[in-house]
Amino acid sequence: MATTPRAMTDAERWYRERYARTPERDALFTTVSGTSIEPLYTAEDLPDQSEIGFPGEFPYTRGVYPSMYRGRLWTMRQFAGFGTAEETNERFRYLLDHGQTGLSTAFDMPSLMGHDSDHPRSEGEVGREGVAIDTLEDMETLFAGIPMGEVSTSMTINAPAAVMLAFYIVAAERQGVAAEHLAGTIQTDILKEYIAQKEWCLPIDPAMRLVTDMVEFCSRRMPRWHPISISGYHIREAGSTAQQELAFTLKDGFTYVEHALDRGLAVDDFAPRLSFFFNAHIDFFEEIAKYRAARRIWARELRDTYGARDERSLLMRFHSQTAGVSLTAQQPLVNVIRTATEALSAVLGGTQSLHTNSYDEALALPTEEAVRIALRTQQVIAHETGVANTVDPLGGSYFVEALTDRMEAAAYDYFQKIDELGGMVEAIKQSYPQREIADASFRYQQEVDSGQRTVVGVNRYSEGDEEPIPILRIDPGLERKQIDRLQGARARRSADEAEHALDLLRRAAQTQANLMEPIIDCARAGATEGEIVESLQRVFGTYTETPVF
Amino acid sequence: MEAATSAKKIRVVVAKPGLDGHDRGAKIIARALRDAGMEVIYTGLHQTPEQIAETVIQEDADAVGLSILSGAHMTLVPRVVDLLGQQGADDVVITVGGTIPNEDIPELKRLGVAEVFTPGAPTQQIVDFIRASVS
Repeated sequence: MATTPRAMTDAERWYRERYARTPERDALFTTVSGTSIEPLYTAEDLPDQSEIGFPGEFPYTRGVYPSMYRGRLWTMRQFAGFGTAEETNERFRYLLDHGQTGLSTAFDMPSLMGHDSDHPRSEGEVGREGVAIDTLEDMETLFAGIPMGEVSTSMTINAPAAVMLAFYIVAAERQGVAAEHLAGTIQTDILKEYIAQKEWCLPIDPAMRLVTDMVEFCSRRMPRWHPISISGYHIREAGSTAQQELAFTLKDGFTYVEHALDRGLAVDDFAPRLSFFFNAHIDFFEEIAKYRAARRIWARELRDTYGARDERSLLMRFHSQTAGVSLTAQQPLVNVIRTATEALSAVLGGTQSLHTNSYDEALALPTEEAVRIALRTQQVIAHETGVANTVDPLGGSYFVEALTDRMEAAAYDYFQKIDELGGMVEAIKQSYPQREIADASFRYQQEVDSGQRTVVGVNRYSEGDEEPIPILRIDPGLERKQIDRLQGARARRSADEAEHALDLLRRAAQTQANLMEPIIDCARAGATEGEIVESLQRVFGTYTETPVF
Repeated sequence: MEAATSAKKIRVVVAKPGLDGHDRGAKIIARALRDAGMEVIYTGLHQTPEQIAETVIQEDADAVGLSILSGAHMTLVPRVVDLLGQQGADDVVITVGGTIPNEDIPELKRLGVAEVFTPGAPTQQIVDFIRASVS
């Protein structure tokens, strides 16, 4: 192989004369995602200054806002929900009384899958991992005494997002608040469901139509609402690498943009309200590089590929959450340190809002004590560590900028592979991202099992018999209570009106019409979540995954 | 070349009962068991106890691993154990994995679960356990 001779760089000289003469300890010098890391980074690794730029200016590598946390700290948004709407409403009001301005709703598994609480598949799962919402009445109870025109609400739900948004709109209508005035975010990111989180109701093509219906409806009717939160979090939790999380999430984002453009929407009419949600995993610098690369890629592609002109369309604003998957059941208090480190990476990476996990979440839903420590972790970072005193303190770091570039290049490699398969929807149908994630997750587990990669308390520094910690128990009686609420609501409505509205929805589903209005009419007529979803399934069918492992 | 009468391959069903979609662990275990030479049938997600019992019987499985991270294990696991018992498959080795609080483990074992593996359990330990329990 012929090589062009060239002068040795200073870094190469240093490596040969100094570093290579000293022994290295026996360890894996790779990130948690498997990227190998050099012993030293220097000025030679820095990209062109224009790739780094300034905060609040293209390409936004250093942050989407000029003043970042000197202007306003990130939002500490802890996600909550359990039992019935009554229990969660009490919790919401407690949080608002204590100064929280935004609410974040966790739904239970049946609600996420579009099943009513009395569906046979719901047994044992009602109100366990979040709040059970079956009806408009449940949504009204959830927000009873809360001014829906004043709070901003985040709802973490995807496959039946259109139904929950309809319940939310009608509940607000009954408080005298028009949809135009509602502020908040609904996750709606169905692509990552097929890729990673696996909560679906419909086949992928009609599910994408429903997402686009919501984007269209919100762009016309709900100027303060974020109709999709494009999420890498669950992709990472399913075992992906940071590079896969970045690439698949961005590609999902581009796919939503393309579908909305195909619908005839103008990019600047909806792109400013697309937001993102990333994982904050344990490999500190790799995570920071991931957020920085994400902002740069999004801004460039929105401007150059999708023709956005409004600067707000270019800004990637994101929520982040520390990595549930990094928590261990062994020595659970050690998870406080993991979470703090992860949260710090999200802050140094320029997050707009953050949820910190509780130390007991490898065992159960968190206790109040554990949730309080998680929130305090963010407060210590914000108010004691000094990291919020300057904008993007790591900008220009040889290592961070080099990693950011590599992260970006890795994302573009994945974009190309996905394009070769015909785009993200096709790639998912061919199980491509699913297989990539399964491979990455298995590779990581092998590193841990072989002891190459240390997990403190799991494969090293473990202790024998540990004292069990107190964990949260959900009262199993809440399931019965919710079923009674649901059956009461069904008894009180006009069955004919509900059936009529469902029939109109089914007819609309057979045309190209936007389904948001018919779904809102079903909500007004008292149809339940399960009835609305089943009506759509009668037209569109359901989805069964071909598992790859 | 033909293999001599080798020992019958261990057949394991890896199942995801309930509604939660957290399948990272189930897939890792499925692959580790397969790599260890076992015949692995992974049911995919969102299985009812009835579907799981049927798969175990139809596949004539020696063992079944149930992965649950939704907190519904005390509802779903007893159902699978009962269904297998009713269908005369009470010799099938049942293991459970996922976010299972320590204090639920004795009750699950009393019901007939052979072992519970919580987050952090090494895959080799699971492979060894199934191999030892089946033979």
